[in-house]
Amino acid sequence: MKKPLTIAYRAVLPFQYSAGRMGSRFFNELRENKRIMAVKCSKCARAYVPPRPVCGYCYAPCEQWVEVGPEGELIGYTVVTFSFLDPLTGRERPVPYGYGYIQLDGAATRLLHFIDETDYSKLRPGLRVRPVFKEKREGNIADIECFRIVS
Amino acid sequence: MKEGVMGRKVAIVGTGQTHHKARQADMNITEMIHVAVKRCLEDAELTMDQIDGVLIGNMEHFEGINLSDMWAVDASGALGRYGMKITTGGSTGTSLSMAAYYHVASGLFDIVMAIGWQKQSEGETTAGLISATDPIWERLGFAGAFGTFGAAATQFMKEYGLTEEHAAKVAVKNRQNGRRNPYAHLKLDITVEDVLKSPMLAYPVRMLDMCPASEGACAIIMACEEKVKKITDRPAWVAAAVTRHDAPFIGDVPMFMDLRTLRSAAKEAYARAGIYNPLKEIDVIELYEPVSWAELSFIDALGICERGEGGKLIDKGITYMDGECPVNPSGGVLCTNPIGATAMLRVAEAAIQIRGQGGERQVPKKVNTAVATGYGGNWWSDLMILKSSL
Repeated sequence: MKKPLTIAYRAVLPFQYSAGRMGSRFFNELRENKRIMAVKCSKCARAYVPPRPVCGYCYAPCEQWVEVGPEGELIGYTVVTFSFLDPLTGRERPVPYGYGYIQLDGAATRLLHFIDETDYSKLRPGLRVRPVFKEKREGNIADIECFRIVS
Repeated sequence: MKEGVMGRKVAIVGTGQTHHKARQADMNITEMIHVAVKRCLEDAELTMDQIDGVLIGNMEHFEGINLSDMWAVDASGALGRYGMKITTGGSTGTSLSMAAYYHVASGLFDIVMAIGWQKQSEGETTAGLISATDPIWERLGFAGAFGTFGAAATQFMKEYGLTEEHAAKVAVKNRQNGRRNPYAHLKLDITVEDVLKSPMLAYPVRMLDMCPASEGACAIIMACEEKVKKITDRPAWVAAAVTRHDAPFIGDVPMFMDLRTLRSAAKEAYARAGIYNPLKEIDVIELYEPVSWAELSFIDALGICERGEGGKLIDKGITYMDGECPVNPSGGVLCTNPIGATAMLRVAEAAIQIRGQGGERQVPKKVNTAVATGYGGNWWSDLMILKSSL
């Protein structure tokens, strides 16, 4: 049998996602006031970042907004050293980069974001970190450029 | 699930799988599914006209295609039959297996086939995984499975004092097991030193700590008690099937690798199956370990050791092929990972151990109770317990 054939196909598909009632409020606060907001469950009082309309544990509405952070604690972290195709850009994601899960002061959950450190020996769980906000903010999660270790 | 209610007795009476590879260039998706289905029917000594329904699934995004249940309908055998597609990410294969079990246990169907498949080289694995996360909140920094498990492992190491050597031992154990499995994708004769010297993907996860991206398919057939008697004298009975989902964002859970979903699923499943001392009563485990680190932690969620003592367990050799509780005699996910089939392979391999069909990968003892797990989503777990008799 001759060599099996492969048919290549390159797709460029545009998407646009609604930030929603909760996300819009969060990103407006972030863009206009550099504030990170959480929304609390009306029953168990967990403060959620990302915000959400309903608490999955209580199935009760989340209604009360509170400011959290801006500082927080690094819970888990990594430094990515292996590159891959980034579906956000269609290109290889630049490496190395640090990222981790940050428990913002007052929040019940941990936010995934970049950590401004690529030497993993300088990172450990429990470190205090603070956000670096972008100068020109657009109303999305990248308005926080990264989190930086509080020295 | 309703306590004390079992439904009809159901057993796995056949399994089939492809010889998994990085790339199966000589087969398209339909042809690959056909191989697994054909082998499964042969194993059960059944023909397609004896199958009442067909369930099929893969993890979407990877190949960039969606309606495989439609265009692979002839090879799957679903043409003109009951059936549906089930896709739940990494746990697709256990979701399909459980759904087949529920179909038959309900009394509405006598014999049902489930098929899981993936052909990873046809798309971009990490891009596919990123596309499965929330587009607004998590895609920016998320680096697929190796990034997630890197971040989870740093927390886990600090909490319980586990080391990179512990993880490397798991990577070696499963790869050495995989060498005895003719269907395994990776057959690597490696040492702990090889693992610790392999390239870092995302600290502390190295290349040899991570599962491969594979192509392959798996199929299983479930039958009701009345039919089982006519099909085989070596059935693998389903004693329990439990699923647990966790919160929507990766950072929602407090202790990433603690896998509270598996801990909770195991508690319910053991109660249903009458297991009181998991280490003594479970003969073999096929655990869904996407990374070496996961086996170290998920095993304590199953109650095989105390919390955080997965490292000691591997140090003592308990989970080796000839240990008290062998984990992944097939080589596990670290050797073979066609995602939509991966969790079903855990169920199929557990059934193979019960049925004594493992050949060189058969554990060296009588297997009466086998556990298979599925993992996916954000820290989701599935768990099935199979027994040689009910």
